[in-house]
Amino acid sequence: MKKVYLDNASTTPLLPEVREAMLPFLGEDFGNPSCLHDWGDTAREAMENARTEVAQLIGADAEEIIFTASGTESNNFAVKGLALAQQNEGKHVVVSAIEHFSVLHSAKTLEKWGFELSLVPVDRYGVIDPEDVRRSIRKDTVLVSIMHANNEVGTIEPIKEIAKVAKERGVVFHTDAVATAGTIPVDVRELGIDALSLAGNQFYGPKGVGALWVRKGVRILPFLDGGVQEGGRRAGTENIPAIVGLGKAAELARMHMKTRIEHLSRLRNRLLTELPNKIDHVVVTGHPQNRLPGHASFCVEFIEGEAMLMLLNSQGVAVTSGSACTSRALKASHVLIAMGLPHALAQGSLLFSFGLDNTSEDIDYVLEVLPPIVDRLRQMSPLYAKFTKTSKGGQ
Amino acid sequence: MPVYSEKVMEHFMNPRNVGEIENPDGVGEVGNPVCGDMMTFYIKVKDNRLEDVKFRTFGCGAAIAVSSMVSEMAKGKTLEEALKITPRSVADELEGLPKQKFHCSNLGAQALRKAIEDYLSKKKKGGKK
Repeated sequence: MKKVYLDNASTTPLLPEVREAMLPFLGEDFGNPSCLHDWGDTAREAMENARTEVAQLIGADAEEIIFTASGTESNNFAVKGLALAQQNEGKHVVVSAIEHFSVLHSAKTLEKWGFELSLVPVDRYGVIDPEDVRRSIRKDTVLVSIMHANNEVGTIEPIKEIAKVAKERGVVFHTDAVATAGTIPVDVRELGIDALSLAGNQFYGPKGVGALWVRKGVRILPFLDGGVQEGGRRAGTENIPAIVGLGKAAELARMHMKTRIEHLSRLRNRLLTELPNKIDHVVVTGHPQNRLPGHASFCVEFIEGEAMLMLLNSQGVAVTSGSACTSRALKASHVLIAMGLPHALAQGSLLFSFGLDNTSEDIDYVLEVLPPIVDRLRQMSPLYAKFTKTSKGGQ
Repeated sequence: MPVYSEKVMEHFMNPRNVGEIENPDGVGEVGNPVCGDMMTFYIKVKDNRLEDVKFRTFGCGAAIAVSSMVSEMAKGKTLEEALKITPRSVADELEGLPKQKFHCSNLGAQALRKAIEDYLSKKKKGGKK
């Protein structure tokens, strides 16, 4: 059976060059970078090279990069660490309603710790208005955290404008760039931000490694106490193979970004245009143009996402959905609900995220197998039966 | 993908009794799209037996498999027997349901019960049969 992986938003595969770069550090180069001997030197040198690569990817200085174990850790570290370091100045934080749970739930934890939280709304495309951020900022606001692009609907946010608003009010600004760093150009100085999270498995690096960039001079509470690793802000022996992989992935992303974006955008544009032509009552979610290059998301009316996922999987196609049934929490995607989509429509969410290995034939295949799946589930759906009855009655 | 039993997968891939009965003797509707699942059951009753059972379901793999299983369990049974079908007996017949799916998706027995109650209340009011 044909196998088509279209879930690169969940994780990209590891590039062979990245794996090759990692292998010595899973073998003979096993040293601890804190140690003062040849083994330690080899590990330390590899780690610092990786730090430089990651810094170059986002236009930062190497010494401002802290390695973490994931994008989620970076977000936890940033939201809690930046807020707690400033709690004597104020106890109010601002995040958007469509943040990843690693930001949203960290902010809710701050609430339990005595902070106040404001959620900035989004429009129907998932776009945040910088003026709404301005209105949310108070005298005691110490942190604004808004994602660079949304992982579920692909919308890219006007981060530069939002960061400017925060800066005008003297508030520290963090962005969750897990969906963008390594995928589209990100330059921390140009964006005018104070902190940024990224993750290796979003751009063909390994899982279990991420980074947090914190601008020099910005205070942050250490995430893990212990030794002096990562400048004493994130103790624990570093995961050298993964860090080396992240560095290699960053290098490759920087070198090939333009061609990657062209390839992914072509595939995305084709699916965004052709799927709604093949299937009635499908809506594109997220911003129609200003979105991640490999990201095509939809809601299919009258049916539910998990059932679609299972039938697609039975045809070898891997995608994801924001329906309640696919989430462990059994709640429809908070992103789609914040964008004002009705619950029934949000249940039919489908997300296709392309990667470097995908081809136009993969889209041909999706366009061939998906319409009969939708048809089959609609024939079963009481919502579709009601719809066809009323639309007939209306004629 | 949730871990579904082979039986759930089999019913999901090949659901029995999908559709609608024309002029049904009873209709039962449960659920709403906020929680994710909706089911409508249609029944035809003859001599106190469920001569035909059909359903339509909006929902996940488990919801579809549950509906299919309930329709199969109920068909041919007397009304009294059919009313004894419970979420637990449906889940058992399906060789288990994932824990988080047990409550939200396991609405089939309830929808069938509603269809039977609909039939009984119509009959009481002096309707047909």
